[in-house]
Amino acid sequence: MLFELIGIPPQALFGQLLLGLINGAFYAMMSLGLAVIFGLLNVINFTHGAQYMMGAFAAWMLLEWAGIPYWGALVLAPLIVGATGVVMEKLLLKRLYHLDHLYGLLLTFGLALMIEGVFRKQFGSSGLPYANPLPGGTRLDFMFLPNYRAWIVIASLVICFGTWFMIERTKLGSYLRAATERPDLVQAFGINVPRMITLTYGFGVGLAGLAGVLAAPAYNVSPLMGSNLIIIVFAVVVIGGMGSILGAIITGFSLGIIEGLTKVFYPEASNTVIFIVMAIVLMVKPAGLFGTPK
Amino acid sequence: MRFNTLAVTTAALLAAGSAHAQYSGGTIKIGVMNDQSGLYADVSGPGGTWAAKKAVEDYGAAAKGLKVEVVFADHQNKPDVGSNIARQWYDVDGVDVIVDVPTSSVALAITQIAKEKNKVFLGSGPASSDLTGKACNANFIHWTYDTWALANGTGKAIVQTGGKSWYFLTADYAFGHALEKDTGDVVKKNGGTVTGAVRHPLSTNDFSSFLLQAQASKAQIVGLANAGGDTINSIKQAAEFGIVEGGQKLAGMLMFITDVHALGLKTAQGLNFTTAWYWDMNDNNRAFAKEFAAANGGKHPTMVQAGIYSSVIHYLKAVEAMKADADGAAVVAKMKSIPTEDKLFGKGTIREDGRHMHDMYLVEVKKPGESKKPWDYVTVKKTIPAAEAFRPLGDGDCSLVKKS
Repeated sequence: MLFELIGIPPQALFGQLLLGLINGAFYAMMSLGLAVIFGLLNVINFTHGAQYMMGAFAAWMLLEWAGIPYWGALVLAPLIVGATGVVMEKLLLKRLYHLDHLYGLLLTFGLALMIEGVFRKQFGSSGLPYANPLPGGTRLDFMFLPNYRAWIVIASLVICFGTWFMIERTKLGSYLRAATERPDLVQAFGINVPRMITLTYGFGVGLAGLAGVLAAPAYNVSPLMGSNLIIIVFAVVVIGGMGSILGAIITGFSLGIIEGLTKVFYPEASNTVIFIVMAIVLMVKPAGLFGTPK
Repeated sequence: MRFNTLAVTTAALLAAGSAHAQYSGGTIKIGVMNDQSGLYADVSGPGGTWAAKKAVEDYGAAAKGLKVEVVFADHQNKPDVGSNIARQWYDVDGVDVIVDVPTSSVALAITQIAKEKNKVFLGSGPASSDLTGKACNANFIHWTYDTWALANGTGKAIVQTGGKSWYFLTADYAFGHALEKDTGDVVKKNGGTVTGAVRHPLSTNDFSSFLLQAQASKAQIVGLANAGGDTINSIKQAAEFGIVEGGQKLAGMLMFITDVHALGLKTAQGLNFTTAWYWDMNDNNRAFAKEFAAANGGKHPTMVQAGIYSSVIHYLKAVEAMKADADGAAVVAKMKSIPTEDKLFGKGTIREDGRHMHDMYLVEVKKPGESKKPWDYVTVKKTIPAAEAFRPLGDGDCSLVKKS
């Protein structure tokens, strides 16, 4: 009855919900990295989209140039991309911590444009093929679920839960959180705070790289893939509450679903719906759904 | 001493300039405007600028005493950005002719500006058939292809081989709408049906929802009324979601050789599409492609880039014959009055509505095993003669065409 009212067969609706969840998995992974970096370093990392793109390209290069297949790239590419993040933090970001975080935003934004420019110059804009490591799929009642998409959801859930657990429930995480509140005090306990911050940034960047490897077989490996995604992901982080890890994860998945449903009812607005949600949330809760007002 | 040399050179240049004072500003200035960095950048982009410069060089402009300058700009696929550049070029920078302009929405805006300023616009990249239809004017020539030709070439061939029911995945702007409409008309005219369409925003990452809707429509053919990165993503994800395995067929209504390259033959094999030009069809094309690849990181030229080359050659021919370039409508009229000929497109003509007439080709993407060399991607299945390839002159509602 309800389904007849909204004019869409239940089977199609379930299919769209599942697809929304899959896209949400990407948003969650990407916004998770952003939330970790912002929450612990106070840096608005606009390079995140470019780092996601680098992850996909790293997977492609590992396969084409070194013959390392997808599963190897899944481990190696995030390490490589994370390492570039460490270098970037050591060379550039480190110098900006005492300034307003607007400077970090501008720096990372500029870097993102440069990185994309270099990749575009080198590889063109239409992208490169990357074979699907898990072809085939399962025919469910309501849709055909490709194996690879199912794998994305599982991988994303594991990564999201793991990161949340590490930061909120382990000793290492508590050091990290303490270091962001009172770096001087934590330093006094003999913990190397600058190194911890460097590694945290590297970890956040590695998460973007990992999302990029996961995206390579599903989407096009293209220099533009990051800039297409980054604005949406920032909206997700803002809605979830800047710096809130749980907020990033939950909002990521739910916005994927909202966007998926929009694609059925009014597809033309599917790129806009997230920003409408953002405007509404900011009116009601300016600090975001899970954010704490400062 | 050095100052003297400089003064003498300047004087000589000025004298040379005055000998060609008929050309506005002393130079023939060609502005290549396209997407230099976004989803259509490989289709034309920097390669398009290269093609325009190559045309100037091959025409022997310098040897003939013509002073030609090529400038370029990025319209970012945004009509407002493109309009601003066009006004700046025509009004301030002395650009006489704008070439290329992929993205129909931008081209529709610029064709009006060219008319208003009485300059010239030669469209190689845009597709909307409205440009020589409802929106036609005396300052515009549509060079390479249009939505009617694509729809007619690919659509007709598919309906005639049994693909009767269609569902469209359409890019939600002027170009997508035009391509969907033109293809729908061809399908219906040939006895097929259109079961529906879904319109997606330009530059979408994820097509799975739209593909699922196409799958649910049970149509035999899923027509892709989009281009560039959007087409690549739709085809790639259609493979993942088992659209083709499930018995439906994809029809890429506008595809470029660079799209096939990005997809890889494994994913793209068997697709049919209509093109105005292919690099491996004759020695001239191959020689052009070789030089193009050497200058553009191994990429091979698309039909849009070849079209830029061809349109610039013909433009230069017309202004040289007129010894003037200031009156845009007069230049376009001259271009229409002389037959076109260049090494890439061969012989052709330009119709009174501004349509450049040449043969089109229906091609099929090769299987991975059939490809023998780099960028060896398609086989030409059928040549569509110019008279059949483009919309009949009377059907376009163009105000330049006298009603009989």
